[in-house]
Amino acid sequence: MIVGIAFLLIAALTIAGAVAAAVLRNLVHCALSLTVTFAGLALLYLQLDAQFAGFAQILVYIGAVAILVVFAILLTRGAGIPEYRGFSSGWLLGLVIAAATFALLAWAVIKSLPAQVATGAAPAATVQSIGAALMSSYVLPLEIVAVLLTVALIGAVIVAMPESTTPQSKAEDGGGR
Amino acid sequence: MTPLAAFLIVAALVFAIGLAISLTRRNAILVLIGIELMLNAANLNLIAFWRFGPHAGHSDGLTGMMFAIFSIAVAAAEAAVGLGLVIAYHRHSKTTDLDAMTRMKG
Repeated sequence: MIVGIAFLLIAALTIAGAVAAAVLRNLVHCALSLTVTFAGLALLYLQLDAQFAGFAQILVYIGAVAILVVFAILLTRGAGIPEYRGFSSGWLLGLVIAAATFALLAWAVIKSLPAQVATGAAPAATVQSIGAALMSSYVLPLEIVAVLLTVALIGAVIVAMPESTTPQSKAEDGGGR
Repeated sequence: MTPLAAFLIVAALVFAIGLAISLTRRNAILVLIGIELMLNAANLNLIAFWRFGPHAGHSDGLTGMMFAIFSIAVAAAEAAVGLGLVIAYHRHSKTTDLDAMTRMKG
């Protein structure tokens, strides 16, 4: 099986979005190109016959995480902040480390490939079978993830909540002003 | 190049770009974006191996897919907590610049 033209297009879109998120100056533009990357990854999942994972990627990442990132950017873009210089002082070292990581991974992938690879039909993963598996053999991980999501929800709200609600700190605030 | 290698190379590239974002940018939100990209690259690896790997281990052949789905859920929780922390820090010290974030104590 030869790599198809659709795969090349989607991969190019994904990589282009990621590179744009890496180099753009405007934070909102970064978030939007990140959304393009998430969409490209969802299309790659669909190409891999993983329909449920692809649509979960669209729902979770494009629907929730990207919106969350945009909200965080708009909420933290306050008054009086000087325009970001963008890149840290050690950016060249970081770039070298990232390039070395990619070189190592690509070398390992290309070097180790002639192993046995199943290129036959896709394993059956209908939404029905996934739901049945989630309710039977994967029910314990499912419950743990449910608890984790609840804890994360409560924790994020508590962390991001304004703190000065006790009378003492209110008095301190009043005294300070 | 086999399809599996192509997907793995794309995942490695996305991972490297995410690492580069995390290491080179100065904004805390962009560092979180880089971490999200790295998690997504790992998910792409999981799904590619699920699609092209041998399904000898588990009877229903869904293990890789389940791993990716749970990983997506955990990544969403991580993003929520991380962005909440950034917002809390910004409310406190009016900056999201990592070079200026030197202490988190109130």
